[in-house]
Amino acid sequence: MGKDNQILVEITSKEYEHGWAVDVDTDSAPIGLNEDTIRFISKRKNEPEWLLEWRLGAFRTWSKMTEPKWANVSHPPIHYQNIIYYSAPKQRVTPKSLEEIDPEMLKTFERLGISLTEQKRLTGVAVDAVFDSVSVATTFKDKLGELGIVFCSFSDAVKEHPDLIKKYLGSVVPVNDNYFAALNAAVFSDGSFCYIPKGVRCPMELSTYFRINAANTGQFERTLIVADEGSYVSYLEGCTAPMRDENQLHAAVVEIYAMKDAEVKYSTVQNWYPGNKEGVGGIYNFVTKRGLCAGDHSKISWTQVETGSAITWKYPSCILKGDYSTGEFYSVAVTNNHQQADTGSKMIHIGKNTRSRIVSKGISAGKSQNSYRGQVQILKRATHSRNSSQCDSLLMGDTCGAHTFPYIDVENSSSRVEHEATTSKIGEDQIFYCLQRGIDEEAAVALIVNGYAKEVLNQLPMEFAVEAQKLLALTLEGSVG
Amino acid sequence: MLDITNLKARIENKQILNGVNLRVNAGEVHAIMGPNGSGKSTLASVLSGREEFEVTDGSVDFMGKDLLEMSPEDRAREGIFMAFQYPVEIPGVSTINFMKTALNKIREHRGLPAMDAVAFLKVMKEKMKLVEIDQSLLNRSLNEGFSGGEKKRNEIFQMAMLEPKLAILDETDSGLDIDALRIVANGVNKLRRKDNAIIVVTHYQRLLEHIIPDFVHVLYQGKIVKSGTKDLALELEAKGYDWIKNELAIA
Repeated sequence: MGKDNQILVEITSKEYEHGWAVDVDTDSAPIGLNEDTIRFISKRKNEPEWLLEWRLGAFRTWSKMTEPKWANVSHPPIHYQNIIYYSAPKQRVTPKSLEEIDPEMLKTFERLGISLTEQKRLTGVAVDAVFDSVSVATTFKDKLGELGIVFCSFSDAVKEHPDLIKKYLGSVVPVNDNYFAALNAAVFSDGSFCYIPKGVRCPMELSTYFRINAANTGQFERTLIVADEGSYVSYLEGCTAPMRDENQLHAAVVEIYAMKDAEVKYSTVQNWYPGNKEGVGGIYNFVTKRGLCAGDHSKISWTQVETGSAITWKYPSCILKGDYSTGEFYSVAVTNNHQQADTGSKMIHIGKNTRSRIVSKGISAGKSQNSYRGQVQILKRATHSRNSSQCDSLLMGDTCGAHTFPYIDVENSSSRVEHEATTSKIGEDQIFYCLQRGIDEEAAVALIVNGYAKEVLNQLPMEFAVEAQKLLALTLEGSVG
Repeated sequence: MLDITNLKARIENKQILNGVNLRVNAGEVHAIMGPNGSGKSTLASVLSGREEFEVTDGSVDFMGKDLLEMSPEDRAREGIFMAFQYPVEIPGVSTINFMKTALNKIREHRGLPAMDAVAFLKVMKEKMKLVEIDQSLLNRSLNEGFSGGEKKRNEIFQMAMLEPKLAILDETDSGLDIDALRIVANGVNKLRRKDNAIIVVTHYQRLLEHIIPDFVHVLYQGKIVKSGTKDLALELEAKGYDWIKNELAIA
């Protein structure tokens, strides 16, 4: 007990590493939300009329909805009229090359370890960098273009590929899906768009990196990935924010559309500012992520490492419409101090012989609350389908909580569903065993936690697995709790 | 190498060690025997630095340093190794990964550079042969689903890897069948050197048929009440611990 607590104290005293802010001139929408705000955003982005109408429709839908209350989290009411819905770094012209980008901004990404400059680029990874509300740079665009792959900011996609956007925007997460998705549809600022043509295997990891910088600002980005027949892509998303005392809202939407025989792997390393040790500040991360396995034999796989945010509300899901399609969800969610996470997955089996797998590893420390919420639904016509779910919770200390809320609904008799759940604590015996071999407490916690999360970390692209391990060690080590 | 003087220790309010004196020199193997509850495992735990035990008196000198002042990890880095009676499981962490982390922490403490993967594997292969352990076992999660024999063999493998100056084997024979016992003992014997020492904590004589000790001590009621050579172990086996108890009662 004494030892456990000691580690916790050490761990919890770790500071958030990305908590600095930079001074960049911004062009912002007036505070608050009404139809004029939406017209302002749409105009700033020179959007076509149909998109403005789509946004306005979403706003009207949202205005009639109420915030969901079912999640196992609590927070003071969010004042939607006190948020700035659009903030863009001021740039006279759209940057044509990196030389034209504000050096402050380039430095920001450098500090985060994401180099946008040519010579230092991580080979094998193309990056779209989003700063506050807009995308500032996309690397390797030309090289990908040779293969017919489109990888650009959402704004560019609206201009350059309007047909694709019109066809797929909202096709997986409709405007009225839920409160935060409707809000996002009304005010989304930027994000990434990706299209992989028929039969093309994307040769590099695609990645979007989000950074909230401005104060009082919400971030509402939207990602749309369309994988045409027989294509493959692996996609990674990362994010950080400065330390601020007020809570900031992040309500993103990610849509993935996989056609026949297509495969999409989507990995997230979520490291938004979690608030301080007393629970002041931090990001409210209310995100809707969904993939549609539209074609037969398609596959969508979600992997997430969630270490940040004051509150996480997020259920990456798969709709398995095509016969023989596969959905996967691998998650490590870490909460420390006063963080709250309500996260999990939904697997909706519609096609025959569909398969899904859920592996969720929760780690709770400090005074945090960590909930797994998952739904597995196998419809009547989805015969011979299978799901296996595994939900493990690891507790550190005795002031945190872990909860599991599985919902299972099977409507035919030829399908099979398995659900396994375990709860464990990092034992003093485990720590002592490490100490006796010369491994100090901090390294021991990192070792044990990474071992616990290994099954999930193994799913990450190699370049990021090491990064994620370090992050876990830091959050936990510094803090698993 | 190790000098224990009048060591007293308790857990919660229960006094367990009542003044242990023991001197271990390099190159020696000492066996500590005694009936259940005599304090054998407590002595091993105190030497390795378990915090639940409170040292109330006495001193322990290890290679000229005050052992009781050191943290458990520093004791390990200075060369103390404990083969646990009940090795714990650490899911998702392979023995290989665990040993690589441990070895490099110890090297760092001694001012040596970290060992790279190639060098590490080479050392590992040598030691695997020495203690007759299969690599498939080392790739698995540490001790998870291991049989009793595999766990103990894994402990001896770790001892081989870390090359301690003083190894404490805590009831390493418990739960082993005769074949496993022989393999474990062979491994230990191959690790005996002029510059290291081993303390074997055991309840029975049978382990000492394979690991021949230079000295045998009997711990009873928290004190070493009798010391001798390997013949003492045979005498204990023949006469039982009651013999010692009676002798003490008469005295």
